Amino acid sequence: MSDSLFDKLGGEAAVDAAVDIFYRKVLTDSTINRFFDGVDMEKQAAKQKNFLTMAFGGPNNYTGEDMRKGHAHLVKQGLSDSHFDAVAGHLKSTLEELNVADNLINEVLAIAESTREDVLGR
Amino acid sequence: MSTITFKTHQLTCHPDETLLDAMLRKNIDVPYNCKSGSCHTCLMRSSDQTPPVKAQEGLKPTQKQQNYFLACLCKPDQDMTITLPDAADKFITYGKVISKHPLSKDIIELKLECNNPLSFKAGQFVNLMKPDGVYRSYSIANTPNKNNIIEFHIRILPGGQFSEWIYNDLAIGDQIPITDAKGNCFYIPERQEQGLLLIGTGSGLAPLAGILMDALEQKHTGPIHLLHGSKNKEGLYRFNEMKSLAEQQQNFHYTACISGDTTPETYTRGRANEVALKKITDLKGWRVYLCGHPDMVEQTKKQAFLQGAAMQDIYADAFFLTPRS
Repeated sequence: MSDSLFDKLGGEAAVDAAVDIFYRKVLTDSTINRFFDGVDMEKQAAKQKNFLTMAFGGPNNYTGEDMRKGHAHLVKQGLSDSHFDAVAGHLKSTLEELNVADNLINEVLAIAESTREDVLGR
Repeated sequence: MSTITFKTHQLTCHPDETLLDAMLRKNIDVPYNCKSGSCHTCLMRSSDQTPPVKAQEGLKPTQKQQNYFLACLCKPDQDMTITLPDAADKFITYGKVISKHPLSKDIIELKLECNNPLSFKAGQFVNLMKPDGVYRSYSIANTPNKNNIIEFHIRILPGGQFSEWIYNDLAIGDQIPITDAKGNCFYIPERQEQGLLLIGTGSGLAPLAGILMDALEQKHTGPIHLLHGSKNKEGLYRFNEMKSLAEQQQNFHYTACISGDTTPETYTRGRANEVALKKITDLKGWRVYLCGHPDMVEQTKKQAFLQGAAMQDIYADAFFLTPRS
């Protein structure tokens, strides 16, 4: 029996290692950081951790409906494919920085990609 | 199987069930959201046991030490009594006023002697209550001591119904009800080689002075930088004391920052947070404490994180004002 993606990545510890790096990249990207203005940082970081746990194939309770509701106000502010791509790009470079194998990175990105339509409210 | 006591409820938690699921099964109304340890909505506290290690994953070290845990990750291995995080708002002792004197134009130092020993860490806060029931939170500025004396730096706000009462009406010998100590902004003697960056504005020096004394008493070995900011020189109370402490303690550095127009010699011009983040540009591996004005705290929290501090290592205590009614 093979390990799950989450186990292969290193489980919860891997999420912890990734979350600060990933969130720092997102906050310093001037094309997307306006979407994070005025949000409590700790709550936001907890959400990023939720998101990474899900993208890593870990235990989560995310539903498409949550994704829609959670991003609806941002879609009104102009959230679009280019922003989604930017975040996915930061996810990719975070994993590269952590020396995650390419095939696992692709699996993670595929999970992230599966949320695109819900995030963008389509 | 363990028995959990929560308020008036007694419930059984089965071996393969989380505490949160056991409570929901019994229709006990508790806040929760992700059920996977990320959102921290189901944060609770054990009042009698050390929670299982797994149930404290992702919490700040200072929360772990106070037996906070996440109900959604908790599979209790023994009987526990639990509370919601802010349920501990009980007045547990009285403090007798033993001294009250000005530190600056609008800040006074208040010392209370507790008639029961109060368990606290320097930097935590308590609520003080006046006779009409109005209460406010104030940070403790000293470290625990055998005389049960706690010290506060209280900013007198024009029209502030609590602070003006302290200033005008509170007399030596009066007794004030005090709650137990709360808050996660305090020193713990872990990774003692870490750099500590302490940034405070106005009476934000109170918790920071306590944290500083605690770190020094516990022989912290890493560099400790304290930056205290105010509009003018008068607001930088305890300047001489901090300056001479910095001369005696090799690893302690003190910078007094003035954001107003005139900057006398030996003071640094600029806002404390901006000066600090220019002085130490790479905060990777540092522990950061931020106390004072909410805008300063929020802004600096973000900037410190962007400059490399881990989220887990940033401790903040924003001083919100109670709106006038």
